[in-house]
Amino acid sequence: MIKVYVSSVIDAAADTVWSRIRDFNSLPSWHPAIADSRIENSQPGDRVGCIRHFHTRDGGMIRERLLGLSDYDYSCTYEILESPMDVENYVATLKLTPITDGNLTFAEWSAEFDCAEGRERELNETIGNGVFQGGFDALKRHFGLR
Amino acid sequence: MLQKLVRTAVINAPIGRVWAVLRDFSSHDRWHSAIDSSRIEGKDRSDQVGCVRSFALKDGNTIREQLLALDDREYRSTYCILDATIPLQRYVATVTLKPVTDSQRTFWLWESSFATPLGMERELRDLVATGVYEAGFENMRRYLSTGQDLHSETALSRADVMPRALSLPTQRLVLDRYGEADVMKLEAGEAHAPRAHEIRVQQRAVGVNFLDIYLRRGWISGMLSLPGTLGMEAAGTVIDVGGGVTEVMPGDRVGYLSALPGAYCTVRTVPVSAVVRLPVAVEDVTAAALMLKGCTADLLLRDLGHVQQGTRLLVHAAAGGLGLLLCAWARSLGATVIGTVSTEAKARIARKHGCEHVIITAEYRFAENVQRLGGAQLIVDGLGAAAMDENLASLARGGHWISLGQATGALPPISPDALVAKSASFSRPVVFDFVSTRAELVKRTQRVWDALASGALKTPMIERYALSAATEAHKHMESRASAGALVLLP
Repeated sequence: MIKVYVSSVIDAAADTVWSRIRDFNSLPSWHPAIADSRIENSQPGDRVGCIRHFHTRDGGMIRERLLGLSDYDYSCTYEILESPMDVENYVATLKLTPITDGNLTFAEWSAEFDCAEGRERELNETIGNGVFQGGFDALKRHFGLR
Repeated sequence: MLQKLVRTAVINAPIGRVWAVLRDFSSHDRWHSAIDSSRIEGKDRSDQVGCVRSFALKDGNTIREQLLALDDREYRSTYCILDATIPLQRYVATVTLKPVTDSQRTFWLWESSFATPLGMERELRDLVATGVYEAGFENMRRYLSTGQDLHSETALSRADVMPRALSLPTQRLVLDRYGEADVMKLEAGEAHAPRAHEIRVQQRAVGVNFLDIYLRRGWISGMLSLPGTLGMEAAGTVIDVGGGVTEVMPGDRVGYLSALPGAYCTVRTVPVSAVVRLPVAVEDVTAAALMLKGCTADLLLRDLGHVQQGTRLLVHAAAGGLGLLLCAWARSLGATVIGTVSTEAKARIARKHGCEHVIITAEYRFAENVQRLGGAQLIVDGLGAAAMDENLASLARGGHWISLGQATGALPPISPDALVAKSASFSRPVVFDFVSTRAELVKRTQRVWDALASGALKTPMIERYALSAATEAHKHMESRASAGALVLLP
């Protein structure tokens, strides 16, 4: 089981950041690596159990199911159903925590999964640095660097 | 009724350092302003789960608290109040740290639940939230910024119960063979925790020098072993310091210049003897661009060349990083500056920086022109083989030819007879021998910053490249198309 963990500080209140990322169908509107997204079977994008079907800018198709959504904890947990990354049992959580000292947001994005031996470093780079940090960098740009 | 309280903050220090303080259940009298004294009851260690601490607060209150849980993997400590002169009931608190992975800072969550007598909910809540937690964040910042956690006798004597300081991730450009610019590859590595007389730097700008190119090509033996990383100088912020370091503190902005290559990276641990604090007026990129070149110029003009009013100085590559500094600085000392450049565009740049007589030559032909001006009393030569004969012919009687680099190839041996004809001298200094102690380095860099402040030196033109684009930076420099200094941004 591989674990990837990335965290960052975003210069906006957690409520504000959460409203930008809460919807499971909102990836293309805030993450620069995502080209398009739709929710399968005409479900609403914040319904636990719904499946998002999206493409990355390099053409990869990914399907993910929303496993948990908490407006109380500002967290969202999902699993990969299909992807070109060749990973198994992939479950990820994106979570925000208010920083009371300064009205900022502590953002964490983590994933656990299985993969073929020897691919740990490569996947750690694509997922941790590419997807997760790439998303945080976009949020930091959007809300202003600090 | 139980109330819940949460306060969170970000501390500008790596998690290992913050945790080393907080995991000690009795450290608070060293850093928290509300605590007058703290001791562990009985003979327990201060990190033993179950131990009891006895606090005397500055306001006269006393509190006894018990450590219920300690987790080094989750960076978490949970404790409760046993009895206190403040009416906090069923008080259980948890401190949790998390790393901010993209900036090597620490997220700190401090939460608790407790009950109070009727009517005192608000008052006690504010006391804990403001007087203990928020004040604690501020006090911890101040405590770490002064580096007391690293210096205090107590911290050292308790070293056996502290976790060892952690290595930090760094990205470095590694070459495993000598060759063209594309031999450098970005690799993940670790910057070890600083040992005695070392500091660890979060780098923000890295200087690129011709020396780096010579080392990369394997032209200088013994300085760079493989696999290795290039780079002699950088600027950034001190993350933490090792034992015995009093010259700089965590959070200080510093630059360093070291004879040991390895600066092409994001985080690096270096000996404090190579480090100087940067004045507010000197930006990171300026320091990275100027430390080696500025100290070299200072050495050449002042110690070796004795440049003064009327000295005739010949500078090759006058529009290069070092060339521009030499032109401007020598001019302000009253010298007559003659420079060679390869193009008209570069000639304009050199003139703007104080080069009075510019010779444009792509074929290293300049001796005739220099002799017409009376011959060079001092030559600063980075060209090497292709310009050897012309340099000899350019020298004035009693002149001094300083060979610093060999961009066109290694100099063949020079016969003493070639020098005796003009009573000339030839030298081949290595700047690192002249900044080998911290005192010398501080003195030389200070002269560079002073020259910048007085206008004798202008902040040079700086071309910036991402660290990952070092290959392009080297190619650009080797193509002779660059002007001014090159800096990599990690």
